[in-house]
Amino acid sequence: MTIRLVIPAHLRTIAKVSGEVEINVAAPVTIPAVLDALEAKFPALQGTIRDHVTRQRRPFIRFFACSEDMSHEPPETLLPDAVLEGVEPFLIVGAIAGG
Amino acid sequence: MSKVRVLAGTRKGAFLIESDGNRKNWTISDPLFPGWEIYHVNASPVDPNRLYASQCSGWFGQMIQRSNDGGQTWEPVDNRFVYDGVPGTHQWYDGTPHPWEFKRVWHLEPSLSDPDTVYAGVEDAAIFKTTDGGKSWAELSGLRQHGSGSQWAPGAGGLGLHTIIIDPSNEQRLFIAISAAGAFRTDDGGTTWLPINQGLHSEHIPDPAAEIGHCVHRIAMHPSRPNTLFMQKHWDIMRTDNAGDSWHEVSGNLPTDFGFPIQVHAHEPDTIYVVPITSDSLHYPPEGKLRVYRSRTGGNEWEALGNGLPEKDCYVNVLRDAMAADKLDKCGIYFGTTGGQIYASSDEGDNWTAIASNLPGVLSIEVQTLA
Repeated sequence: MTIRLVIPAHLRTIAKVSGEVEINVAAPVTIPAVLDALEAKFPALQGTIRDHVTRQRRPFIRFFACSEDMSHEPPETLLPDAVLEGVEPFLIVGAIAGG
Repeated sequence: MSKVRVLAGTRKGAFLIESDGNRKNWTISDPLFPGWEIYHVNASPVDPNRLYASQCSGWFGQMIQRSNDGGQTWEPVDNRFVYDGVPGTHQWYDGTPHPWEFKRVWHLEPSLSDPDTVYAGVEDAAIFKTTDGGKSWAELSGLRQHGSGSQWAPGAGGLGLHTIIIDPSNEQRLFIAISAAGAFRTDDGGTTWLPINQGLHSEHIPDPAAEIGHCVHRIAMHPSRPNTLFMQKHWDIMRTDNAGDSWHEVSGNLPTDFGFPIQVHAHEPDTIYVVPITSDSLHYPPEGKLRVYRSRTGGNEWEALGNGLPEKDCYVNVLRDAMAADKLDKCGIYFGTTGGQIYASSDEGDNWTAIASNLPGVLSIEVQTLA
């Protein structure tokens, strides 16, 4: 199914896209499945959202859907129906940090 | 007429700064990779249009960018810097074992003969190599797996491999330096490595004359004399004439021998440049006066060069990779500051001009002399 993604501005530059990104993801649609599909479509993003070796989310990256922080959800967690139906995007966010 | 292109890496992007051979009128590009830390931009000596950039971010990690057209367009290449085998541990600041973790690429050194071959010095300290223009990187793990690796400890800025020098008379010989492990040499293209720190003396480590543990800030070589190296150590300017087998101090009459960069004149192998910094706790020029010091005798006798540089109220630093020379006659010298200025001299350091004044803090400077 087609998933709408919002990715950080710096990663849009790397991927050479503007606005939302649409990717096709086979069920079950989990966060790792979304990231696999995103990295397959834009290989330059490999390593920018999750570590190459550990496959863990980078510390200053967060995942949101339907106003909920999904960053710490277990990997098998399915994305909300609103994301699967294309009503809501899945958000990959660069954490606000610094000062 | 010849042309000069300065490759500046800064805290918030890279800039290409260009002039014709007169080096009087300079143009500054729009920022490349804006918002990203650009630790280093470097060019292939055999293909001046082939550039490589180390782009990194606390959020998104490491990218390597490659240009085939002199920096007009860029493409990301492989950013996978994975240590060979089980990485093990090095020493942490408190002396406890700490796992090796890749953080960033500090320095990119293209081969002298092949534009697709590049060495990368990374933090935590290791050297990687690509032979396919950055499409893949492999660690030369003989360095990190040198028997002393578990004793290496980071300097204040991290455990970074920041200097890579290729011997132009024998490309199998490389010199590297790590803060704060010291200097190493390979004579077999990176398979095996030898620590080359004999003669270094560092009061701040438990054994001041130890084989490992010296905070080497930078090493420089003139290509016509590959056995002679000059070193800016944490404190002390050092020199070797036997490819690092032994070093002796040449700090001479410098007002302070603390600093970060060291650079050799393009045409005079005994003319070297440093930027003295007050101390390890005060990273700015003595008395707030920015001065480059030049030795025309391979060290020991130094003269202050300040014509055109700030006379007072200057409290910037010049980082280890932020000084370079062009190959014109007269040789041009360039350096960037943590305050975002880039100063250039088109007469071997006698006179200086700011060719950029308001950039982000400068992390690295390279200079291309183009036909």
